[in-house]
Amino acid sequence: MSYVAIADRDHEQEHHDPQTFITKYVWSQDHKVIAIQYGITAIFVGLIALGLSAIMRLQLGFPDQFTFINPENYYQFITMHGMIMVIYLLTALFLGGFGNYLIPLMIGSRDMVFPYLNMLSYWVYLLSVVILITSFFVPGGSTGAGWTLYPPQAIMPGTPGTDLGIILMLASLAVFIVAFTMGGLNYVTTVLQARCKGMTLMRMPLSVWGIFIATILGLLAFPALLVSAIMMLFDKTLMTSFFMPAISSMGVDPGYTGGSPILFQHLFWFFGHPEVYIVALPAFGIVSDLLSTHARKNIFGYRMMVWAIIAIGGLSFVVWAHHMYVSGMNPYFGFFFATTTLIIAVPTAIKVYNWVLTLWEGNIHLRVPMLFAIGFIFTFIHGGLTGLFLGNVTIDLPLSDTYFVVAHFHMVMGVSPVLVVFGAIYHWWPKITGKMYNETLGKWHFWMTFLGTYAIYLPMHYLGFAGVPRRYFSMGNTDFLPESAQDLNAAITMSALFVAATQILFFINMIWSLRKGPKSDPNPWDATTLEWQTPDHPPKHGNWGHDLPEVHRWAYDYSVPGYEDDFIPQNVPPDKAPAGRDHGGEH
Amino acid sequence: MTIALVFLAIILATLLGWLLKHTFNAAPWQMETVGDTAHHGPLGDDKSKLIALLTLLAVVSSFFALILSAYALRMDLGDWVPLTEPQLLWMNTAMLILASGVFQWTRNAAINKQHSRLLPGLLITGLLTLGFVLGQFVAWRQLQSSGQFITSNPSNAFFYFLTGAHAVHIIGGLIVWARATVKVILGKGDADGIRRSVELCTIYWHFLLIVWLVLFGLLLST
Repeated sequence: MSYVAIADRDHEQEHHDPQTFITKYVWSQDHKVIAIQYGITAIFVGLIALGLSAIMRLQLGFPDQFTFINPENYYQFITMHGMIMVIYLLTALFLGGFGNYLIPLMIGSRDMVFPYLNMLSYWVYLLSVVILITSFFVPGGSTGAGWTLYPPQAIMPGTPGTDLGIILMLASLAVFIVAFTMGGLNYVTTVLQARCKGMTLMRMPLSVWGIFIATILGLLAFPALLVSAIMMLFDKTLMTSFFMPAISSMGVDPGYTGGSPILFQHLFWFFGHPEVYIVALPAFGIVSDLLSTHARKNIFGYRMMVWAIIAIGGLSFVVWAHHMYVSGMNPYFGFFFATTTLIIAVPTAIKVYNWVLTLWEGNIHLRVPMLFAIGFIFTFIHGGLTGLFLGNVTIDLPLSDTYFVVAHFHMVMGVSPVLVVFGAIYHWWPKITGKMYNETLGKWHFWMTFLGTYAIYLPMHYLGFAGVPRRYFSMGNTDFLPESAQDLNAAITMSALFVAATQILFFINMIWSLRKGPKSDPNPWDATTLEWQTPDHPPKHGNWGHDLPEVHRWAYDYSVPGYEDDFIPQNVPPDKAPAGRDHGGEH
Repeated sequence: MTIALVFLAIILATLLGWLLKHTFNAAPWQMETVGDTAHHGPLGDDKSKLIALLTLLAVVSSFFALILSAYALRMDLGDWVPLTEPQLLWMNTAMLILASGVFQWTRNAAINKQHSRLLPGLLITGLLTLGFVLGQFVAWRQLQSSGQFITSNPSNAFFYFLTGAHAVHIIGGLIVWARATVKVILGKGDADGIRRSVELCTIYWHFLLIVWLVLFGLLLST
């Protein structure tokens, strides 16, 4: 039977709902189920990438103690760790996972506008993950070219995985981009077309804004990765010379003529830098909603927050070459890109100020999601400030190949978004499952993760200043490095293993909650946004029962003076409760 | 990367203008009656499909703009030898223009409920488009028989890549076209659904024609 738009079903809704296990949970067109499928798959590959990083840390902390790690597979682990974390975990989780779950619920829609395409998006994503994982097991193993896959080394003998590994990597990326495009078309169209009555753009929660703008960035930026992946695939398999320069490999001329490796870098980073914000903008949005809800206060400067998201999105397209200061490009470009990079700090700083000002004089409830949200402000400020260092050409040149960069990007786009992911899961867990988790265990999880990641990445800044180069399998006896650098590396490794092990707490908590957790209240945080106002808890297929909700106010009517509760849901009509500032006297 | 940036600037400026129109001076914290600003009809209706198509076209444009950027960058390097394009491309171009025109004619027929014109229109469009794809393939064979392989020169590689990528998009369109045509032949599917398919296909065909004209112009001039 062809799919019937849920809104058309009216009274017959019950009869059309998927009944079998397969249509309900496997080939499901329900955005909530698809979101969970995306989430579980992304977290699963994320765990693989976490395991890979633990193995790398073992080698770095205790060089040559573990015989199963050799230089070749060390590079393969680096590559796969980076690629999985950035694309297959974070992008998929924020947009495919949270995007899918939150957009229809938060804007008062029954589903995504194209549910079938949405389902297809997940399955194609899964295919890309399968191709990626297959590359571990092919002859020669997965590619070891680094997550940036720079040619010529990405496809030349000498780099691990130049046979099938790199081909599968590129193919997997291409398939991922197809999946993302299918999902992305859905997210954009849904936000534009399926908002319920009264949900104007400027009444949307910031989570939706972040996901919406990030999706637009993704739709425009991923083609750059697709183009570079196809061209590299041609260079590898058909011996074209898009990127491959005239080169001699081990005394043999493979037949390439004058291609440009820098061309690849331009294309890659034209995608790569917006990619940072494809991950960061949803995190920004979600963190805004968590802070506002758990501080019982309206978000400070809502319009500014929206426009900062848009400005960051636009600017993220003109900063890409700050990843290429050491590539030998024209120095005038460096000047231009340093300037744009510093300009992007302005809207970003506005967001940080507004988060802090939202907390100011708020009624702060330090529940688990709030802890993660505040933790994010710390890690993001730290990672952001080192970004200002690296945005300047003269500082970047000596630091570019050191652990300073590793510390910077892990702080800003590793730890920070992951803290938001955890915060968001803890926040929406009661809505998704209808169960509560153990608060104490959640707090242990937060503190051990938060302090543990500082123990990992803070010392890396010092290693970077000391000149410890990144990407190296082993330092050996390097004269300019003090012996204490190795001690620090050992300490970092122990912290990393500790943090990795700590994540077990999270899984124990969630599994316990699913099996034995107490039933949660439909709106345990007294939140205003629509997803907490569904007639069923957890929401059923179609989300809203018979009638779609009607929105009468913005998403941040917290602690409105003169009203008995400290929150007014978005769908409460004006005759039942006042609006935020109408009675607050702060026009 | 100038081409990609100019393209992006246009897309982003359009988006920005639209956003400004909808968000400027809005004071969301104030209570005010809001009319039917947003949509609350069935999911996946006509307008949603149009918006999804236009979004897809933006993605595809981004894809081609980036290849053209790469083309411009690669062209400046020393080993570039301009390719002499096969004359057949002129005929292919004419076929694609005709296909686009006939599709427009078919679309008008569908809107004006002149059902008798629907099937011939769709069939002629399909034949012309298939002719274009086939013609492109023959052009490839002509090049190969004259010793112009994909590895011979970067300009050749770009020629094969650009024409191939464009043809893949055309074939994608033909799949949707085939679904609509089969529905018309079998007399299945409601008139509204077919009209919608034809309307959206027409936009897609016009778009791919414009992309082809840009590519062809660039290939001829370099």
